[in-house]
Amino acid sequence: MIERLGRKTVDAIKAVGGFGHFVGDLARAVPDVAVWGRLTLVQMRRVGVDSLPVALFIAAFTGVVLALQASYTFTGTVPLYFVGTLVGKTMMLELGPVLAGLALAGRVGASMAAELGTMKVTEQVDALETLAYDPQSFLVLPRVLAGTTMFPVIVALAILTGIVTGWIASLVLLDLSTQEFLKGLKLFYRFKDTWFGLFKSATFGCTITLVGCVVGLSTRGGAEGVGRSTTRAVVYSAVLLLVLDAFWALVLLR
Amino acid sequence: MIEFQDLRKAFDGRPVLDGFTLRVQDGETTVIIGYSGTGKSVALKHVVGLLQPDAGDVIVDGRAVSTLDRAALTALRREIGFVFQFAALFDSMSVFDNVALGLRRRDLSDDEIAARVQEALALVDLTGAEERLPAELSGGMRKRVGIARAIALRPRYILYDEPTTGLDPVTSAVIDQLMVRTREHLRVTGIVVTHDMRSAYTVGDRIAMLYEGKIRQVGTVAQIQETEDPVVRQFIEGRPT
Repeated sequence: MIERLGRKTVDAIKAVGGFGHFVGDLARAVPDVAVWGRLTLVQMRRVGVDSLPVALFIAAFTGVVLALQASYTFTGTVPLYFVGTLVGKTMMLELGPVLAGLALAGRVGASMAAELGTMKVTEQVDALETLAYDPQSFLVLPRVLAGTTMFPVIVALAILTGIVTGWIASLVLLDLSTQEFLKGLKLFYRFKDTWFGLFKSATFGCTITLVGCVVGLSTRGGAEGVGRSTTRAVVYSAVLLLVLDAFWALVLLR
Repeated sequence: MIEFQDLRKAFDGRPVLDGFTLRVQDGETTVIIGYSGTGKSVALKHVVGLLQPDAGDVIVDGRAVSTLDRAALTALRREIGFVFQFAALFDSMSVFDNVALGLRRRDLSDDEIAARVQEALALVDLTGAEERLPAELSGGMRKRVGIARAIALRPRYILYDEPTTGLDPVTSAVIDQLMVRTREHLRVTGIVVTHDMRSAYTVGDRIAMLYEGKIRQVGTVAQIQETEDPVVRQFIEGRPT
């Protein structure tokens, strides 16, 4: 029992040390712009364009549900234009970033872990090194930069989509006018609502891509190992995303 | 010259290399033979710093590989071509881009890169395959692209990790011829890791047998063929225990 606990502690310390080492190597790759610059644009297209349909699909339905649930909750005691307030605030502060983040943890994080894991077990990563490339600047940095810059763009569009579908649902299903919805939307709005959600989503993007790369590059043992890495990347990303969400709420919203 | 000096490496407490010592002279091709899982590929990966030794070192032209910083290691890797067991081609890139990738790290114009790629592909009889993807190639063709990728860099050394494993006898013979042709054409020093004795006899100037983490015997092809060491004899004749 004590031995097992000791081994787990040592493993945990090793993992933290390994992650620190990984981030250090990543920082050392930053001056190698000639390699990561062009590849970052390719990854931005992959992360951004390819992920957009999933994020917008989720946001569209979330907007409708939020409008209906708000009206159900208010039950006539709260003015109905508050539907706009609730849809706007919730999409911007929480559901836009978090739902898109969770969806993209599955979409982007898993695909990066699988891709890099396959490259690792088929010695493609070793081949890169023998060709005088640093895997950090060739594989990791472009993905992390693409995630960090593209997630806020995706989330901004997701927020916009959610608000638009919430507005349409209010018009069609709740008999709310556009003026009333906009009145609610503007009520209590602060610029912080916007930058908070976008800043948060940048940190989600960084975390999800970093986890996908770290887990992918530590893959061992063939197809089974790649499968394990893919699952691990999704689970770690989702957990870290929720922890990070609580952390930013605590730090920036109090 | 490449020197393995008392190299030791263990994985999960299990020693794989246990005092591996070998000298590879310039201009010669040394073949390392041995049973599967005895650490032949592990030894090879120490030459380019893909693995760090537990003790001992590999000395390449006076440079101790394990002590090199990142810049020095990158400079060393530019002098060495590595042909991987399963070619390790980049799936998403065409044959051209696979061969050109290493060249793009050097100060070469696009025209020079294209010329070097064509030259390397011609040497491995793959002219015309530039736009194909690795998934569209046979095992033998993939290995040839792997060799082209290594020789396009015009290295001083080429390391071959099991170059004929998994190939039919005719394709294996083609790869052997290719390795001989590469040595004659580029005058490179080579290390070939294999357990294919026909290949070892064809491409090797000297053969070294790795057994239980150490070199059991090293000698010319003729010396190995006439050995009286029972372990080496059993291996080269392929006799079961």
